[in-house]
Amino acid sequence: MDESYESDSAECLALLATDPSRCQELPHMRPACWDAMTFVMSELQEARPDAFNLERLDVDTWRWRNQLLGIEQEFVYGDDRTLPTDPLRFIAPQVQDDLVLLDQREGSLWADAGVVTAAADWSMRFDVGMSFLEIHGPVPRVHPAGVVDRAQEFLMRLQPGEAYRRTNWTMTVGRRLDTATETYPEWGPDRRLVLGQDIGTRLHLRVEVQHLVRLPSSGAVLFLIRTYLLPLQDIARVPAWRDRLAAVLAELPQDMADYKGIARYRHAAVDWLRSAA
Amino acid sequence: MTTLSPSALAPTRAPADRGALRLRVTDLHEAAPGIRSVTFVAADGGPLPGHPAGSHLVLTCGDRRNAYSLTGPGVAPESYTISVLLLPAGQGGSQFVHRLEVGDVVDADRPRSAFAPVSTARHHLLVAGGIGITPMLSHAREAVRWGRGFTLLYGHRAGAAAHLHELRQLCGDRLEEHPDREVFLARISQALATARLGTHLYVCGPAPLLDAVLQRAEQLGWPPERVHTERFSAADLDPGEPFVASLVRSGGQVVVPSGVSLLAALEGEGVRVPNMCRQGVCGECRVPVLAGLPLHRDLFLSEAERAAGDSVMCCVSRSTGPTLELDL
Ligand code: FES
Repeated sequence: MDESYESDSAECLALLATDPSRCQELPHMRPACWDAMTFVMSELQEARPDAFNLERLDVDTWRWRNQLLGIEQEFVYGDDRTLPTDPLRFIAPQVQDDLVLLDQREGSLWADAGVVTAAADWSMRFDVGMSFLEIHGPVPRVHPAGVVDRAQEFLMRLQPGEAYRRTNWTMTVGRRLDTATETYPEWGPDRRLVLGQDIGTRLHLRVEVQHLVRLPSSGAVLFLIRTYLLPLQDIARVPAWRDRLAAVLAELPQDMADYKGIARYRHAAVDWLRSAA
Repeated sequence: MTTLSPSALAPTRAPADRGALRLRVTDLHEAAPGIRSVTFVAADGGPLPGHPAGSHLVLTCGDRRNAYSLTGPGVAPESYTISVLLLPAGQGGSQFVHRLEVGDVVDADRPRSAFAPVSTARHHLLVAGGIGITPMLSHAREAVRWGRGFTLLYGHRAGAAAHLHELRQLCGDRLEEHPDREVFLARISQALATARLGTHLYVCGPAPLLDAVLQRAEQLGWPPERVHTERFSAADLDPGEPFVASLVRSGGQVVVPSGVSLLAALEGEGVRVPNMCRQGVCGECRVPVLAGLPLHRDLFLSEAERAAGDSVMCCVSRSTGPTLELDL
């Protein structure tokens, strides 16, 4: 939760209204979606008990209150008719993370549901129903070493209540959370236009904080992705960050730079960061 | 594309909220002759972790740790219930449970899931023998809640069936009761032969039943990934041939007699191996194998991992040859 909570929520709702395909769910995922919804509610309540409250009224009847967005909703667990919309779609605008649900079966994980409004050049609509290995097909340097298999093995062993956290990064031109494949025509050309004096304000480091959680009762894995954008000029204010980012960008292998979509401007970014020293 | 790319290789472990549970007994009753149902709540009155259908609870029973299926609902459970058959000649776990009294406090781990329903199954064929009904109760309840198609074939001795009343109410005509063993086996064969495409099979019961069902499923060409089994205990496994475990790193040799598990033999020599369920389901006691061919008897390793033969779940698995070289 931070100061942009309300505006992020409004942005998510607007995006879901103009492009409902940002919310994807295969039919067998409904139990996992209910599980994810109530899991997120109880996490929100734990983080900010003053703002969020999930109360059990009876065995399967619950009441959810979100004071920040003025939402109050009573629902019966598992009964779709008691929510104004599908459970995943209901909770997604109330949390600043993108949500992806992985079903586990037949020795694999499958991305079978999700609400993604801040994708970094990928698409939930395209990925829905794909296996973990298929989704990671395009990642360079990963497959030969069996690394994706190991990551999947690792995730499949998560037991209920266990959670893991990792971060991932790339760069984005402009303060733009939504760089999904669907809107590529809007943001893609920006990748070519950044160079120049305004690089410090226009080019952003995009950091994703990802949590992976085994949901308690459906056994699905919930993948939460929270995206933060920081312009180079802010990074340059902290000498240790500035030097580290310059070094990482300079040394990044070409195939990784291509994969992250930053090949065109990464050297310009390195030069800018070094001259800001 | 942002998902688990390279740095997922070294994920950082967030404080995985996995502490042990303290449970207080709130209710006890005879579910059938010799079968006792025990209901627990959290000793501190707090919430209990939820769990998928088919999960088990590892209870500390005196100096033993035993896994028991949770029979109650797994969504935000207010209590946990297990049903335990008294085995007078067993290793003490069931006797411990049968001595519990209301108000007693016991230690347990968070529920673990190793026998969960497959969400994409077109139909769930549940086969239970005797006390093997316990995980099926939670499977049936979940199937009813989500409107999933299922059939439950329950074989039991007449008058000795646990949870019958509850099952009849829950399942209606989706429950078939089979007091006659031959009829039960014939009916299973028929159900396996006529199951609609996309059906998943779940079996829990005594070893002979499990073996018969698995063999039949294999004959009929059921793909292994549609077949799910749960053995109730390692006590069900045969004692096995003796062998020698050779500890390559520390240079020791440990003799593993018939009837003693590799884990117990290692512990007897003061070699500590992390473990939990001691029945081949939790995955804690995995030991790397350097040479020799493991005889896998666990329910934890995947098909591929078994074939690789480079690790063994030492609480139940043994060696096919006279020696097994371990990276210990
Ligand atoms: S201790 Fe659980 S698998 Fe061996």
